[in-house]
Amino acid sequence: MSVITFRESLRQAIDEEMARDDNVILLGEEVAQYNGAYKVSQGLLDRYGPKRVIDTPISEEGFTGLGIGAALVGMRPIVEWMTLNFSIQAMDQVFSNAAKMRYMSGGQFTVPVVFRGPNGPAEYLAAQHSQALQSMYAHMPGLKVVAPSTPFDAKGLLKTAIRDDNPVVFLEAEMMYGWKGEVPNEEYLIPFGDAALRREGNDVTIVGFSKTVRIIEGAAVQIEKEGISADIIDLRTIRPLDEKTVYESVRKTNRCVIVDEAWPFASVGSHLCWLVSKNCFDLLDAPVELVSAEDVPMPYNHRLERAAQPSIEKVMNAVMKVLYRD
Amino acid sequence: MAEKLLMLALSPTMETGTIVKWNRQEGEEIATGDVLCEVETDKATMEYESMNDGTLLKIIIPEGGNAAIGQSIGVVGEKGEDVSALLEEIALEKKGSGTDAAALQVSKETAGGLPSTGKGYAGARKEEGGALTGVGGSSSVVDEAALPPAAVSEAPFTGRVSGPGASIESSRAKASPLAKKLADQYGIELSRVQGSGPGGRIIKRDVDAARTISSAAQTAGVYGVVSRGGTGAVQATAAYAVPGNVPSGQVPSGQAPSRDIPTGPAPVAEEIAVSGKRKVIAERLSQSKFGAPHYYLKAVIAVDGLMAARLEINKKRQNDKLTFNAFLVKFVAEALKRHPVVNSSWQGDKIVRFGRADIGIAVAQPDGLITPVLRDCWNRGIAGLDAELKLLIEKARANKLKPDEYTGATFTISSLGTYGIHEFTAIINPPGSAILAVGQARREPVVGVNDGIQIRTNMTVTLSCDHRVIDGAEGALFLNDMKEMIEYPVFALY
Repeated sequence: MSVITFRESLRQAIDEEMARDDNVILLGEEVAQYNGAYKVSQGLLDRYGPKRVIDTPISEEGFTGLGIGAALVGMRPIVEWMTLNFSIQAMDQVFSNAAKMRYMSGGQFTVPVVFRGPNGPAEYLAAQHSQALQSMYAHMPGLKVVAPSTPFDAKGLLKTAIRDDNPVVFLEAEMMYGWKGEVPNEEYLIPFGDAALRREGNDVTIVGFSKTVRIIEGAAVQIEKEGISADIIDLRTIRPLDEKTVYESVRKTNRCVIVDEAWPFASVGSHLCWLVSKNCFDLLDAPVELVSAEDVPMPYNHRLERAAQPSIEKVMNAVMKVLYRD
Repeated sequence: MAEKLLMLALSPTMETGTIVKWNRQEGEEIATGDVLCEVETDKATMEYESMNDGTLLKIIIPEGGNAAIGQSIGVVGEKGEDVSALLEEIALEKKGSGTDAAALQVSKETAGGLPSTGKGYAGARKEEGGALTGVGGSSSVVDEAALPPAAVSEAPFTGRVSGPGASIESSRAKASPLAKKLADQYGIELSRVQGSGPGGRIIKRDVDAARTISSAAQTAGVYGVVSRGGTGAVQATAAYAVPGNVPSGQVPSGQAPSRDIPTGPAPVAEEIAVSGKRKVIAERLSQSKFGAPHYYLKAVIAVDGLMAARLEINKKRQNDKLTFNAFLVKFVAEALKRHPVVNSSWQGDKIVRFGRADIGIAVAQPDGLITPVLRDCWNRGIAGLDAELKLLIEKARANKLKPDEYTGATFTISSLGTYGIHEFTAIINPPGSAILAVGQARREPVVGVNDGIQIRTNMTVTLSCDHRVIDGAEGALFLNDMKEMIEYPVFALY
């Protein structure tokens, strides 16, 4: 075991897969000579050369399409989006081509491409660059969507994503690149569709993924002081979704809080609320609560920016609500 | 925005409530917390407090009328507001419900020969009526419509209201899906459960409470009266001469059934509808008697000393004489302190040992009985207990007890002494595990020292114990300690 950063775990995953399979290439803005905008690709140009670690022009639609095309002819490209906010430029390529080609070709093509980059608000980035876009990608059949919260999961899941024959959107976050965690020295993979139980409790089930898991863990410590114990479920992958683990927990706790830093309207979080409400109907003692971003463009004012996002306090309030202790 | 005022569950077991009195009239301003009306529940008359500020625009259920929980009893809103749409909705809500509101509705609509769409018992009746009116009207229609509310009170209100526009809010007891499932599992009627969630939603903890603690709803199996005063025995004796006056459930011992074969016309049996309260009493008593394995311990206690002491103390008090029962409660409490196992509750998977002696006193009412509870008897003196006991008994007789005043007794005392009963056994009042049945204090000859015959005042008490909690020897030790304390009060300090 070594304690490494989230950033380093991603680098290791890419490095190991590039060493393992010559078809794995990395392309995106500043990934090569600058070693990546967030230094995820540090040292990879030196090791694998400019044919496999490729700096692209500032044209998301162009290089995303390039990656999809390369995947169609047998490569395993990793496309780095400097942030998911810029991926909006490339959505036509992702939705119309990546997500559809395997289906529309009757399985003649596979599209083994990974789109990865930081998602969700960081700080002081204002409305256009503080968006959590998982709802958009999760909405689209034909895409897999992965959202780890620890270095261990990030590494194991990214390796699985690279080896998957379907397009995978891999969500990271600026605020998470420095997070540290234990990662085994030996190789490992984590399968998709397998949620992790981060904490065991009896009174409430709290579900989240990616950056929100730390908020939930913070809230769990606080509510424990009030004698409330929580099951914390980290989904790890949004598509495929591990519903079973969530339902099993709700069977025990009879209460559920979902945390998602995207906007509440038609989101992964609101979808989960529907699933739990429908499939655990007779198990629920209170309506499922959703803690989401406030339904507004991100304010630039820092105080408002914080207030617009899920917080430990908001999660605690939701827990108190489902326990009728508010 | 005008809103309906809904009948609320004002007692844990209430299904319908009768409006005894409207304290506010139509058109009057009301504020949150104002007492709008007084509602008679299955147990007591409760104050209905406003949860709105505004104007009482309409009274739907008049004084004397009754409504099921969740049914509209009035409309509140802003002065001058148009509430016709809301009233229409309420009219629809009434169809299919089995209370006064429904009966009134039936009478109004059949008279006008309106087409009918309602469902349920009342609705069916109305359909019939409508058809008859269609062919020229008939007196039978009016008769049907004029049926007293009791005759159409069979249809439960829950889930049966299906008229268009009937809102979910008003037509059913709100409960979480889990609470519904659990209630079903435990065989608890949701309409008898008071919801503690938002808007009165019944949630898991309410169903759990209904299953255990609130089954305390005062039901010891005794038709006892406490503290009738000095003339009680005389009254009771007189009452026995008139069978009709005997408290229900008691068979006068002096009246042997006649062995003569009746020769006149066959007597007509009278059927008496079971009231909500009687139903609760029946359910709880059966549950206790058939669920808890009872056994009984009897002891004879000499009370000459206590009676003399009471007399002396009362000489110093002008008007407010201490009752015998206040002394009894205190000695029971002291004995419970020494034997906490008697002050416990069987909870299926665990035994709860209460940290306080809350002693219930069975009190007879004209239509049943109730058990007001004296809280924390360990830490209170006899004079304090006596004052509260008098207050509670007065409230009990006037049907004014609030649920928290008659639930959760950890031990219960029932006395039939003033009815001239020598000794009897009582049914345990859950959640407690024991009940003390107190008979009459009587002057009796007793064999004393050197075989001399003395005259003593003896009182026979019988302790009913739940064997799941209290074993025989422990019950006996409790009873013996209590006896010693009453006979030699210094033991209470020992």
